[in-house]
Amino acid sequence: MAQPRVIVIGAGPSGVRCAETLVAAGLRPIVVDENRRDGGQIYRRQPENFTRPYTKLYGTEAEKAQALHGSFEALRGKIDYLPETLAWNIAEGKVHVTSNGRTKALSYDALVICSGATDRLMPVKGWHYAGTYSLGASQIALKAQACAIGSQVVFMGSGPLLYLVASQYVKAGANVVAVLDTSPFMRRVAALPKLLARPDVLRNGFALVSSLKRAGVQVLTGITPLEIKGSPDAGVHGVVIRDSRGNERSFDCDAVAMGYHLRPETQLADLARCAFRFDHETRQWLPETGEDGRTSVPGVYLAGDGMKVLGADAAEIGGRLAAMAVLKDFKLPVAEDELQTLRKEQARMDRFRQGLVQAFPWPAQQAAQLPDEAIVCRCEAITVGELRRTVHEKGAQEANRAKALCRVGMGRCQGRYCGHAGAEIIAQAAGVQLEQVGRLRGQAPVKPLSMAVREEVE
Amino acid sequence: MSQRFVRLGEANRARVRIRIDGHPAEALAGDTLMVAVLNNARQLRESEFGDGRRAGFCLMGACQDCWVWTADGTRLRACTTVVEEGMHIITKQPEATWPNLA
Repeated sequence: MAQPRVIVIGAGPSGVRCAETLVAAGLRPIVVDENRRDGGQIYRRQPENFTRPYTKLYGTEAEKAQALHGSFEALRGKIDYLPETLAWNIAEGKVHVTSNGRTKALSYDALVICSGATDRLMPVKGWHYAGTYSLGASQIALKAQACAIGSQVVFMGSGPLLYLVASQYVKAGANVVAVLDTSPFMRRVAALPKLLARPDVLRNGFALVSSLKRAGVQVLTGITPLEIKGSPDAGVHGVVIRDSRGNERSFDCDAVAMGYHLRPETQLADLARCAFRFDHETRQWLPETGEDGRTSVPGVYLAGDGMKVLGADAAEIGGRLAAMAVLKDFKLPVAEDELQTLRKEQARMDRFRQGLVQAFPWPAQQAAQLPDEAIVCRCEAITVGELRRTVHEKGAQEANRAKALCRVGMGRCQGRYCGHAGAEIIAQAAGVQLEQVGRLRGQAPVKPLSMAVREEVE
Repeated sequence: MSQRFVRLGEANRARVRIRIDGHPAEALAGDTLMVAVLNNARQLRESEFGDGRRAGFCLMGACQDCWVWTADGTRLRACTTVVEEGMHIITKQPEATWPNLA
C-alpha cells in the first residue's frame, strides 16, 4: 500500500518525538499545533526577539529543551507543519482543523493525539478575583514573556510544579511571599521508595525546596486553603489558610498561582470515541490505553501528558512508542531492541509518577468543605451552593445531568477548570462514589469557534 | 498601582503604542496582548456575570477568561494574540451583565 497518512496533534515533547520517529521511518506526517511555535507548554519558546539563553529559561532542563527544539528544526521540510491551528473535532475518520478563520477536514490512516495537559484545579472561595492564575499560567508568564503575575506572589496547591515555578520566580527576581502545599510532609517520606525510581529528579526536587528556604520564602506543607481575599474591583489582596497545626494564617499578596498537578486534555480522544476508564489512584477518568499508546479505536493513538500525566521526559518516550505502534500496525519495520528499551524506561517513569501521586495527592476532601458561596464555575460565576442544590432539589447525581441543569461545565472553558471539582462536589452532595458521577462528555468544538469560519473542502 | 504584571527582563525591545480605554499606553514588541494590557492596567475585562473584574487565568488558551473587546467591537483572546501597534482595547463590559441576584 501507499505510505499511511499520519496526523500528529501537538508539537510538544511527545508530538515532536513522534513525528521524528515517523520521519526516520520514511513517512511524512502532518503535525497540527495550536501554538505559534513548537515545544508545547513545558518547552514553550519565547518570541524571536527575546534574548534570554536556554539555561536561564529552562534551568536544569535546558539541554532537553534545546535538543527538542533542535530536533524539530531538523524536521522542517520533512513534515507538513500546521502551526497556530486548532484541531477542534474528530468525526468520521477526519480531523477538523481551523486557523485564520478557515476550517478544513483532514483524513488520516493513523492519528496520534499528543494534546498535553492543563492545570488541575480545586476551587477556593475568592478564586475568581483578578490576580488568581493557574500555576501553569504563572510559569508561562515568566518563561514566554519574562513577567511575574504580580508584585507579591503566593504559590498554593500541590505537586512538584509548585516548587519549580516558585523557585524560577525567585531566581528571576520576583517577590515570592510563600509556597503553601496542601500535601502533608509525611506523604512525601512515604512516597520515597517510588520516587527513587528517578533519583536525579528527586535530587532536583530537594534542591528546589532548599533554595526556596534559603531565599527566605516561607514553605508550608499540610495546609488547607480557606479563602483568597480580595474584591470584585481591585482583585486579590491576600490568602487565608489553616496550617498543619490547625492555626489560621493570612498572607498579603496581589497574585496567587494555584494548581494541583495536571489533568490530561482528553476531549479529542473522547470525540474519536476512545473508551475511558476510571482511575481510582488519581480520581479521574482517563482514556483506556494499551501498550505503546494504542486506544480502543483502531488507528487512534495517544502519547504524552494527554494520555496520562507522566511529565516531559516520559512524553518524549511516549511519542516515540506511539510512532512505533503506528509503524508496527502498518507492517513497517521497527527497531525491536529500541522498542524494548523505551518500554522499560517508561515503566520506570510510571513508577515515579505513582510516587508523585502519593506524595502530592489531589485534595478531594476539600470539595466537601467548600462554603456554598464559593464559585465553582469561574466562566459563569456559578456557586458551589447552586451545584449542591441541583443535586439535592433536582436529583442530578451525574455530571452531565448536573451540567444541563445548572451549567457547571457548560461555560467557555468547557469544564476544564471546574469539571474535576464539580464531580467531587456532586459525589459528596449525592452521597455516591465519584466514579458513579461519570465524566463530562467532550464536545466539539473543543474550544470556542467563531460562527464566521468557513469550511474548505480538501 | 496601575499595573498587575511585573516585567523581570527582556526590556530592550521596540516600543509598541496601544490605547487602553481611550488612554495611550506603551507595550513591547513580542508581548502578548494580555501582557501588554496587564503591564498598564489591573484588569482585562469585566465578567458579564457580574462578579467583578477579570485578568485572565490559564495563559495557554484553555480557559477563555481573557477575551477582550476592542474599540471597534471585535473580540480577541488576549493570551494568544500578539500585540500590534495601534490596538485599542476596552476593559469595561460594553454590553449587559447578567449578575446572580439570588
